[in-house]
Amino acid sequence: MRNSKISIIAFYTFLEATRNRLVWLVVGFVVIGFGLSQFVAEIAIAESASFQSSFLAAVLRFFAVFTIALFVISSMVREFDDKGLELVLSLPIPRYHYFLGKLLGFSVLAIMTALFCGLVLLVHAPPAQVAFWVFSLSCELLIITALSLLCLFTLHQVTLALSAVMAFYLLSRSIEAMQLMAHNPIIDSDSLTQRIIEGFVDGVAYLLPDLARFTSTDWLVYHTGSWEELAPLVVQSAVYLALLTGAALFDLYRKNL
Amino acid sequence: MKVLKLWQPQTRARSVKFVPVPVLVLLAAGLAAQVIWHGTRAPPSATASDLPVPPDLDALRLSSLGDPVATAKMLMLWLQAHDNQPGVSIPFRKLPYDRLAGWLERILELDPRGQYPLLAASRIYAAVNDEEKQRFILDFVYRKFFEDPNRRWPWLAHAAIVAKHRFDDLPLALTYARAVSNHATGPDVPNWARDMPVVILEDMGELEAATVMAGYLLESGRVTAPHERRYLMQKLEELERRQVGAAP
Repeated sequence: MRNSKISIIAFYTFLEATRNRLVWLVVGFVVIGFGLSQFVAEIAIAESASFQSSFLAAVLRFFAVFTIALFVISSMVREFDDKGLELVLSLPIPRYHYFLGKLLGFSVLAIMTALFCGLVLLVHAPPAQVAFWVFSLSCELLIITALSLLCLFTLHQVTLALSAVMAFYLLSRSIEAMQLMAHNPIIDSDSLTQRIIEGFVDGVAYLLPDLARFTSTDWLVYHTGSWEELAPLVVQSAVYLALLTGAALFDLYRKNL
Repeated sequence: MKVLKLWQPQTRARSVKFVPVPVLVLLAAGLAAQVIWHGTRAPPSATASDLPVPPDLDALRLSSLGDPVATAKMLMLWLQAHDNQPGVSIPFRKLPYDRLAGWLERILELDPRGQYPLLAASRIYAAVNDEEKQRFILDFVYRKFFEDPNRRWPWLAHAAIVAKHRFDDLPLALTYARAVSNHATGPDVPNWARDMPVVILEDMGELEAATVMAGYLLESGRVTAPHERRYLMQKLEELERRQVGAAP
């Protein structure tokens, strides 16, 4: 019974996405991205296949992250504005059922988006490598989905929530480079300021997922993907999903309707 | 106070006691797991990436989205910072200078009026402790000088000074100095740059050639400033005296 409540909310969440023609947007972008990658291959004087697959993969990854974040946030804002949340919670449904249902519905959408993006990459890379890429992108999108829900519960507005999600995403992807820069400054220094900067960057890194290791274009271009590389990504995704779910539920339970 | 009220949330959140214990446990466990997981991961290691082959000019123009000057400026900053990658510092002499010159050439093609690429070539990349690479990059400056002599003369003039004082290669310095003197004829080119060949020829002991050069500059009509004409005439007299003195 409990599962059926969660799955019903998930089903209607997914149904909303299909009726919003989001699937067509994804298909349209995949087609346009493929066309652009053909164009990039035409103007590259060498390694045109590598250019093509890396360009397409990078464009699709960013598009998928941005689209999923925007859809989750705008869909939830509409739900709040239409008093859908109040309606659902007036029924004998615990708040965590509502949250998990929403998360599940959006997650199915995120995985489908990753699959669509992967289909077109099969033209350029071996199926096994594309499978690694799709799996990793799915994990990345699941984190973004949960984060978007958390940001909306906390910040209540589209602009603030989307900015926070994008800032988090860019920071998570570049935190490794920031750590290296903080620990190896151009001018060697052992000053207090330097140590504070190092400590601050390291502290931030502890709280962020290692997204720089996710969805690597190397797998598609140099075929270096393996299950050994995916295992840490699975653990990281599970850990971070637990953290985001906890934080989002914390905010949802404190929400005054 | 009204401003402060704007920052307050529209609805007050309920107390923490409304949050079920399993949710608090999940939040705490998730946070702890994240910190532990991050702690067990190997710290990031720095690996230097090679300078890539410069792309085709058409590709760069396309990716500039109609703003080649801004793209050229950004590429120049990227190229300049290539020696300082996250966690790794690469000495300039370790850079592949053929690729480096290729990038500088592309940046000049995107922004022909930009001075930064040749400034970097003559002042930064020519300062490495490797004479072969120094000569290579100065030759690049020499070749690019002819495309816009009136703007690019300072970098070739600097190349002439490097060739004279660092390589002690006076014929090379003379080649660069002559190119500046003969091709940079704009009003902004200073006298000393025009007169460089005379000084170098004198240093080489080519007194006759130096005399001819000084005479040519005086008669060409390009030297109009009185003090420069006076300097050249004094130099001409001095060279003629030395020639007479040196004659058997």
